[in-house]
Amino acid sequence: MTTTVTAVDGQGSTAPAAVAARLTGVTHHFGEASRPPVLDRIDLTVAPGEFVCLLGASGCGKSTLLSLVAGLDQPVSGTVEVPGGRPALMFQEPALYPWLTAAGNVELALRLRGVARAERREEAQRLLTLVRLEGSGPKRVHELSGGMRQRVALARALAQEGDLLLMDEPFAALDAITRDVLHEELTRIWTETGRAVIFVTHNVREAVRLGQRVVLLSSRPGRVAREWSVDIPQPRRIDDPDVSRLSAEITEDLRQEIARHGH
Amino acid sequence: MATDTSAPPTRRTADDDLAAGLDALETPIAAPRSSVWRAAWRAVWPVLAALGALLVVWQVAYLLELKPPYALPSPADTWHTLLGTIQDGSAWRAVTLSVQRAAVGFSMSVVVGVAIGVALAASPLLRRAFGPIITGLQSLPSVAWVPAAIIWFQLTDATMYAVILLGAVPSIVNGLLAGTDQVPPLYLRVGRVLGATGWTRIRFVLLPAALPGFLGGLKQGWAFAWRSLMAAELIVQTGLGTGLGQILDLGRVTSDMSLVIASIGLIFLVGIVIELVVFAPLERHVLHSRGLTGQASAR
Ligand SMILES: Nc1ncnc2c1ncn2[C@@H]1O[C@H](COP(=O)(O)OP(=O)(O)OP(=O)(O)O)[C@@H](O)[C@H]1O
Ligand SMILES: [Mg+2]
Repeated sequence: MTTTVTAVDGQGSTAPAAVAARLTGVTHHFGEASRPPVLDRIDLTVAPGEFVCLLGASGCGKSTLLSLVAGLDQPVSGTVEVPGGRPALMFQEPALYPWLTAAGNVELALRLRGVARAERREEAQRLLTLVRLEGSGPKRVHELSGGMRQRVALARALAQEGDLLLMDEPFAALDAITRDVLHEELTRIWTETGRAVIFVTHNVREAVRLGQRVVLLSSRPGRVAREWSVDIPQPRRIDDPDVSRLSAEITEDLRQEIARHGH
Repeated sequence: MATDTSAPPTRRTADDDLAAGLDALETPIAAPRSSVWRAAWRAVWPVLAALGALLVVWQVAYLLELKPPYALPSPADTWHTLLGTIQDGSAWRAVTLSVQRAAVGFSMSVVVGVAIGVALAASPLLRRAFGPIITGLQSLPSVAWVPAAIIWFQLTDATMYAVILLGAVPSIVNGLLAGTDQVPPLYLRVGRVLGATGWTRIRFVLLPAALPGFLGGLKQGWAFAWRSLMAAELIVQTGLGTGLGQILDLGRVTSDMSLVIASIGLIFLVGIVIELVVFAPLERHVLHSRGLTGQASAR
């Protein structure tokens, strides 16, 4: 296997905005190389403004893939191109800073982006309202429930600029109703801002509800096992018959994929 | 519902109120507060009992005349001497002078220590080079610096401050490094995602994240500052006003053992009071605001 040097920027030949992210032959493993790699020769292209949902069994390397796209880790081989600059990432754990309030966490993202002090407060409040936390701005992180923390983390990710938004199981800790509301908001934000999104989830219905494309990752080694394009027009609802039908189809494939790899 | 013109333009639906209702369900319920006084008493009575036991031992040793009375005065004599210094105001003057010196010296040590600590935390090479030296300095008694400081600065306040700095800075630097070493890697990754680099990374991520661990270093730094000052005051007698160390040495020169014990008591007391008044509330505030304390004690 040849090891190529990672290039984060687009290489002259590609126009800067032709893709939001492009992974070419990305292979990654932790520790010794002898074991099957966590990610094995992944090829994945996300078009500008595209909404891609990533499905896969637990431990198949979804979070690893996102941290490679975010530039937090470098792949062992292959290239990751993100021409639009540093993507926004919402981690699987809320990972809020406990020394700041909920609003403070969102404001920090704005501040590091260079937003002027006067606008920060207002913008943070707007984002917290968006995730249905308008009253919780002054609360400390430890005073928030798990689902509230996740929503603050969502507000913080939305506070970052960048043409690409990476989300790692963002709604896993939410009740069904709040999740429905946030699905709607996310769809709306995505349509309005035209950002590309890579959205990791275990929930097939959620993937079909949100994505234009659903990518199934196999485990050990992690490869792109299958892809579906979702041609159901937005706005969709999670209980639309079309969504249910495609979800059932994907679930069947997912079940086979998981059975093939033990558990 | 009243019209709220300042509200951002988000659509409100019946679902919102439902979602808010579910929020209320998932909000943690505040733990009941236990009585502050009972908690304070639980902390204080064993200390009082231990002090009482020590006094009894002292009184017994005095009654048995293990040493002649000029070398081992009774607790009552010592108490009278202490009261005398309090009544003529000399105790208060000495305490304020010493505490003021220690506070100024400690503040300078914090500035210098944080600057050095940040530099070492940011540069692995610098840390490999200077880390062992600073750890070595930490175990060097600061009284060893007093002769050098006198030669450099003669009998000026600079001598005091130099000794305090040399005593306190290594602890503060090492405390900061210990704090930064304990920062969860996830916080640093979040910082990178948010675009914190260079100074903004230190200012907004590393230092606040390291604060709980750093508090221990600050406390130790204060203890070293106070000790170093006492050592310097004991040795530097003339020309610099009368601090606690100077009173202690006065007791030695005049063979007044009760004055010696009284000044030791004062030095000890100042240490405890500063801990209780400054560091304990600071620590409680930092830990409490991050939800790091298990008890629901009063703020
Ligand atoms: N820092 C690390 N060191 C060693 N192994 C790791 C590390 N991070 C992840 N792994 C391994 O890499 C594999 C993929 O992990 P990853 O977190 O990407 O899974 P995931 O698909 O996000 O799983 P989940 O759905 O449970 O979040 C796992 O087998 C995990 O044990
Ligand atoms: Mg994961």
